[in-house]
Amino acid sequence: MTAEERAAELFARLATGDRRALARAITWVEDGAPEASALMRLAYPRTGRAHVVGITGPPGAGKSTLVDRLAVELRARGQTVAIVAVDPTSPFSGGAILGDRIRMQRTLTDPGVFMRSLAARGHLGGLSPATAEVVGLLDAFGFDVVLVETVGAGQSEVEIMELAHTTCVVVIPGMGDEIQAIKAGILEIGDVFVCNKADRDGADRTVNEIEMMLDLGHMGEPGINRWPSETEGAQASQSADGAAAPDGKASVGARAGDAALRRLDRTGHHSAEELGNVASYLTRAAAHAAARHGTANPGDISWRPPVLKTVAKDGLGVAEVVDRLGEHLTFLKETGRWQARREHDAARRLEELVRERVVRATLARARAVGDFERLVRQVADRQLDPYTAADEILRSHWGG
Amino acid sequence: MEAAPERRIRVLVAKLGLDAHDRGAKVVARAYRDAGFEVIYTGLYQRPEAVAAAAIQEDVDVVAISSLAGAHGVLIPELTRLLREQGVDDVLILAGGIIPEDDVPALLEAGVSRVFGPGSDLNEIIEYTKVNVKR
Repeated sequence: MTAEERAAELFARLATGDRRALARAITWVEDGAPEASALMRLAYPRTGRAHVVGITGPPGAGKSTLVDRLAVELRARGQTVAIVAVDPTSPFSGGAILGDRIRMQRTLTDPGVFMRSLAARGHLGGLSPATAEVVGLLDAFGFDVVLVETVGAGQSEVEIMELAHTTCVVVIPGMGDEIQAIKAGILEIGDVFVCNKADRDGADRTVNEIEMMLDLGHMGEPGINRWPSETEGAQASQSADGAAAPDGKASVGARAGDAALRRLDRTGHHSAEELGNVASYLTRAAAHAAARHGTANPGDISWRPPVLKTVAKDGLGVAEVVDRLGEHLTFLKETGRWQARREHDAARRLEELVRERVVRATLARARAVGDFERLVRQVADRQLDPYTAADEILRSHWGG
Repeated sequence: MEAAPERRIRVLVAKLGLDAHDRGAKVVARAYRDAGFEVIYTGLYQRPEAVAAAAIQEDVDVVAISSLAGAHGVLIPELTRLLREQGVDDVLILAGGIIPEDDVPALLEAGVSRVFGPGSDLNEIIEYTKVNVKR
């Protein structure tokens, strides 16, 4: 059997919902097996349906615990969930200990959940080299939501933003000056911010600091510039749907959780929500109305990331995170960003593949006639500079 | 251009049932990591169903079960039965910990390839694993 035939056979099993076939397909793609590209070719037409959500943040922020709780909440809402968790590879042995499953105990035997641990395999940037392909396979398999948890490195996981439709940045209270450190990297990649372990001192301060930094970046923009405060939100949902809300039970539960979180505010200062009342920005509801009624160019509507508090180990605040993740997806679709994003992704992927193939083919030709080794020796001995050597390889071996 | 990445051996290190001690499991997990394996550790108090699901989803080459609390005679055969039932026939199953000699034949019968008792040499475990993985 050729690699193509083996890929086709496995993919046929995968397409009928065989989880072992899915698991094996992931292994092939991760290992760069000969079947991998045929497999991805077959999977591609079925991709593009799942909502890919990235979860990133420093080590120990509670990403895995939050992912576990998000999966439970999404399942309760009838969605199927795939989880990809990336952990670091040892630079010394090439081995890895992947421990994210330890915190993901609630959904382990649920057939609507599939979880895979990936080792970073020397790749920097918070993901593993094949993460995008693995997400593609899970998407093709038919999961509604794919949660991607990055390595807990903290400051430069910009890659996840490219892979995920919605990026959730998890921080914890008491990071003090580290909030300053995340300004440059993490603050720009988050679509939803979560201050986890909000039962600890300083949660409100952390939330305020993030809110303030975000406001600086969104001041005066049209659209979703300010999430409704707790009291506004409660009033709005009461007046809008009264007791007839189909999801009344869920929102009551969410509100009870919020109240519990509010009690945890030990600082005695005004909460971020109270301060939020003072602000005269457009509310989320107004932005949606503007988008629906065409009073503004939907592309102009911006997304001001919400900053939420959770205690993931107790499940507090998690329902609201799921609400916001879903709203961000709606936002992407209603403002034309979903489609624009697809085109951007397609262009980037195509460019990547062409680059990869050109490099591989060119170097293979240069090696086949010994040019590569000869030039390497000359560069190493300082007889030639690497720029001239690269030009020479391109001149004699590129194209054709 | 780097060579095609080699296939990494993936090992699931598992603790079943109410057994609360995982120092041995962690020592073995660490040894596997240092030998270049990718180790998925389940954490304590796992049901056989959860370990079987993890073995399938993670597509591991090896399931290594550490047992110190005496329930190996029930939980390990239950796990191997679940794996067989779901068509998993290419996974090397190892057991280790406090397992009396007399119990070993029944475990081998149930599909465990080898039982490593107290004082086993870590290098031997690694070598045995490398030689006996089924794919």
